[in-house]
Amino acid sequence: MAVRPGDRLVLHPDVALRPERFGALAYHFGNRRLSFLKHPDLVAVVESLDGERTVAEAFDVVGVEEARRSSFLSALETLRSSEMVRAA
Amino acid sequence: MPPEVVHQPPPATRPLVDEFRLGLDAPICLTWELTYACNLSCSHCLSSSGRRDPRELTTEECFAVVDELQRLQVFYVNLGGGEPMLRPDFFPIVEYAIDHQVGVKFSTNGTYLDRDAARRLASMDYLDVQVSLDGATAPVNDAVRGRGAHRAALQAMEHLADAGFGAFKVSVVVTRENVDELDELRALAESHGAQLRVTRLRPSGRGADTWDRLRPTQAQQRQLYDWLLGRDDVLTGDSFFHLSAFGQALPGLNLCGAGRVVCLIDPVGDVYACPFVIHDEFLAGNVRDPGGFTRVWRDSELFESLREPDSEGACTSCGSYDACQGGCMASKFFVGLDLSDPDPECVLGNAEDLLGRVDAGVGAHGDPVPRPTADHSRPGVPVPSPVALRPTRRRSA
Repeated sequence: MAVRPGDRLVLHPDVALRPERFGALAYHFGNRRLSFLKHPDLVAVVESLDGERTVAEAFDVVGVEEARRSSFLSALETLRSSEMVRAA
Repeated sequence: MPPEVVHQPPPATRPLVDEFRLGLDAPICLTWELTYACNLSCSHCLSSSGRRDPRELTTEECFAVVDELQRLQVFYVNLGGGEPMLRPDFFPIVEYAIDHQVGVKFSTNGTYLDRDAARRLASMDYLDVQVSLDGATAPVNDAVRGRGAHRAALQAMEHLADAGFGAFKVSVVVTRENVDELDELRALAESHGAQLRVTRLRPSGRGADTWDRLRPTQAQQRQLYDWLLGRDDVLTGDSFFHLSAFGQALPGLNLCGAGRVVCLIDPVGDVYACPFVIHDEFLAGNVRDPGGFTRVWRDSELFESLREPDSEGACTSCGSYDACQGGCMASKFFVGLDLSDPDPECVLGNAEDLLGRVDAGVGAHGDPVPRPTADHSRPGVPVPSPVALRPTRRRSA
């Protein structure tokens, strides 16, 4: 199921982010999966997911323009399917 | 599970592979061999293990390495050896790492993984176990790992399954002898709730003497490639990127990460570019040096040179260079090829002529074939030897 702008997501408590030039490494200590977040804006979006604000609100906070939002939604979908983020 | 790349949005800088080629401020993960002591003497052992080295890191020094890895946000280490469970402080080190946000996967031959150890391991979070097995059947496995090694590994697998450990790994080095057993090995892993992991045989350590006899034939390399395609449940540790020159890339990074995104810490604290190059030429420093591991990783001349753009050498004109990236540095080095030569197992056969020129310890370009620098084999013990319950038997007078 695709991530929708109204969804409330939060970083999984077992996941740590390591900042990198290109974005970040995300590591899930529970399922031992490693992901590469290839854009600093995506990292900023993930970090701003606090479970309170919606995905669309997180986009607003970070300043993700309308045209880029669908690609960010699919990135979040990948992250949700590997349990890096989950429903709040 | 190969690391996944979140495909969108487009990268802000350069492609990820290029970022990795330039090196990161800290490794993504690393291999840390805890001891050279081993009760087996496998004929392809990368680290020529057997005897403990008196200079091995103390418990406190191991804790200090973990502290550094935590500060660097190295999220996991692959512990190995030797047989890491032979260290009396094995469990304290593992527990210390896990408590400090450094996840652990460790490799074992299984001999010391009894019922109690399996229960203890199963009770820990953020831990993964890899049992080494190089044949589905005892004759194939034990020809490389020693008599009794198959039974020891199977017993450990049963203990892990009984303890409800979950999906541990069964780790297989693919050889000429076991490549036909991959389906059975996969079924064997699955029947214990485990996942199969296969890696490439390297001419490193004692493997320098057995590589030519054990390496898969060209036909078998093709067979392996075909087998791996579409079997995403089989882990490879990105080991077989040289096979990508057959066509479609295998899942994973398809890049040599040595000194760029991975490295090795050996039992005495020496830092090498990767687990397959325990040789002075690939020694970057020691964790006991001032500045510790961090300084070695960031400032060593060796690692800085590995992060320079490659000269593609003999492979420049090959249309498959983008697929295989010139292959494995360690494999070239220990068979007597230059690092700018093709991989000795180049699937297009581009190394055949060069390999034909290697003779009696003289490499393809007239230099001596390098020998592994450190040899911790137990003196007088045959390779492979039957499983011993102690790494070194001292006869009482």
